[in-house]
Amino acid sequence: MYDYITRHPILEFKRGKKVKFHFEDTELEGYENQPIAAALHAAGIKVLSFSDKYNRPRGFFCAVGKCSSCLMEVNGRPNVMVCMEPLRAGMRVKRQKGRGKSR
Amino acid sequence: MTGSRYEMPDKKSEICVIGGGPAGLEAAIAAKELGAQVLIIDDNPILGGQLIKQTHKFFGSKAHYCGVRGVDIGTVLNEKAAALGVEVVNNATVVGYYDNDTLGILRDDTFSAVRAERYIFATGASENMLAFDNADLPGVYGAGAVQTMMNVYGVVPGRRALVVGSGNIGLIVPYQLLQAGVEVAAIVEIMNKVGGYYVHAAKIKRAGVPIYLKHTVTEVQGKESVEAAVISQVGDDYTCLMGTEKTIECDMILIAIGLSPLCDLLHQAGCRIDYIPELGGHVPYHDKNMRTSRSNIFVCGDLACIEEASTAMLEGRIAGARAYESLHGRKSRAAEIARQAQKELDIIRTSPFEERIVYGKKKFFPGQVPEAKS
Amino acid sequence: MQERATVDYPLFLDSILAMNTPVSAERRKKGPYVVIECPEKIPCDPCVDACPNDAITIPGSIIELPEVDYEKCTGCLVCIPRCPGLAIFVIDETPEDHSIVYIPYEFLPRPKRGETAMGLDREGKERCEAKIIKVIDAKKFDRCAIVGISVPKELGQEIRAIRFRQ
Repeated sequence: MYDYITRHPILEFKRGKKVKFHFEDTELEGYENQPIAAALHAAGIKVLSFSDKYNRPRGFFCAVGKCSSCLMEVNGRPNVMVCMEPLRAGMRVKRQKGRGKSR
Repeated sequence: MTGSRYEMPDKKSEICVIGGGPAGLEAAIAAKELGAQVLIIDDNPILGGQLIKQTHKFFGSKAHYCGVRGVDIGTVLNEKAAALGVEVVNNATVVGYYDNDTLGILRDDTFSAVRAERYIFATGASENMLAFDNADLPGVYGAGAVQTMMNVYGVVPGRRALVVGSGNIGLIVPYQLLQAGVEVAAIVEIMNKVGGYYVHAAKIKRAGVPIYLKHTVTEVQGKESVEAAVISQVGDDYTCLMGTEKTIECDMILIAIGLSPLCDLLHQAGCRIDYIPELGGHVPYHDKNMRTSRSNIFVCGDLACIEEASTAMLEGRIAGARAYESLHGRKSRAAEIARQAQKELDIIRTSPFEERIVYGKKKFFPGQVPEAKS
Repeated sequence: MQERATVDYPLFLDSILAMNTPVSAERRKKGPYVVIECPEKIPCDPCVDACPNDAITIPGSIIELPEVDYEKCTGCLVCIPRCPGLAIFVIDETPEDHSIVYIPYEFLPRPKRGETAMGLDREGKERCEAKIIKVIDAKKFDRCAIVGISVPKELGQEIRAIRFRQ
């Protein structure tokens, strides 16, 4: 179910330890310290938020913390740039609607 | 926030390098080799910038890692900087350039201030976006974003890709996709020729990936994320030709149409910024020593002009040596490092691919620029 | 499956073929020889260092194109994985009934001797069957394998890649 590159002709991937986290109401697995967006993408989740005005689905664009297209709600806090934010065990990650609300 | 707030910054350094990519690392290494106290601030966990995403062997000169894979150059530079004792603050974003020449830094939700006598900005560039129907749909990525997911974190980025743009990034990334076992549907290029190197195009072409010249993407289809793209041929005025539309099945679109220098911090610092399309758009003015209009600020790499990693590294060495020299007076070793790097840079820039850059850099000095470009 | 574009990118073959110092018919009969398909002035020169016989030179500055002295070239293959552009091939036309093309290969899985793949030309078109006759995957070649393939005699000048049918 998780889509990781297992063999590569050039690269070797060093991954952190496996941890569980929550996306919406589902429990998912990822690797500690990888960006949250990478963990979600590997789990097949591309829609990270919905736009403010027209409620359109949004995913990441730049993946290097420049474009703000990947803002999500993490542990109740809105506008977390998940392409940069490292994954930790037990995190609660939610799709953000519009500009998000603090909880 | 007032200036007095930062009378006592949390951290002080002689030379502070902002951005630890190929340019910033080389700048830090050069300055440290000369004996300066050097600090690098970078917003990633691992330094190396774009280098750590490159699986191919680099061109360039023997002295500068030619024939070594980008990812391995990243490792070498990291080790060099560590061995020399360059101080690194990673996972940290520089959020402002404030009064008294102080930087504001955000790391782990904590704000702190850094002050240095010289700053070398090597912030790099961000990827340009293209407007077409549904361009905001998840699955439309910057080509660099896919490189990051795939080559740094080992995530399969998708099943089948369409690449927009055929500069070197637009030619290298599809090759990397093939290495990761991902299918590449096609590359579209709006111009009538490939923008990048022939050898990169030949690699992807002989693997069976078509390169559509005079084509662009006009629409992306899909409900929640990309399911297909519509491409269309363009006429001599670059408008789409009716009836030439083709639907290409794919689950990701890679935008590789160019980069823009990240010079917002320099705007804030009050550096002179010129608009020079040949160099990538808004770029900080700099002289041959990579010094900006503000005497304590130097620049290098893609921030100074969108070019190659090999030239970024050489510019970095010049910036590092000259920043050191500006602090400690003329030193023969510093001048020698800068001169040697400049010599290699000058040779590389005789390549026909560098004509734009050479022309663009002259624009900083009106009077030296010929009236019109041939 | 892949639809051809109306405006496809033409590989400027003429310039590639012209840039290679013409290999004489005599030399081609004598043994394997190198072909460098590097038609643009880019700053690069590892091929010069790679050759143990000093057969490859770049006259003047490093942006100039490489030149091959075919009297010195022994077709020893070591330059193939050293070229950052993967633009170096070695052709052996000495066998009676086929040609051997040696290509750089950076994908997984690595081909195995005895397997049969499809031979692709520079445009990526499948042209023939290509039997794998040699695979060199030495550590010193830094994750770039050299794969020798046997192709029909007349296609030695055209086949530049392989693909395995899934």
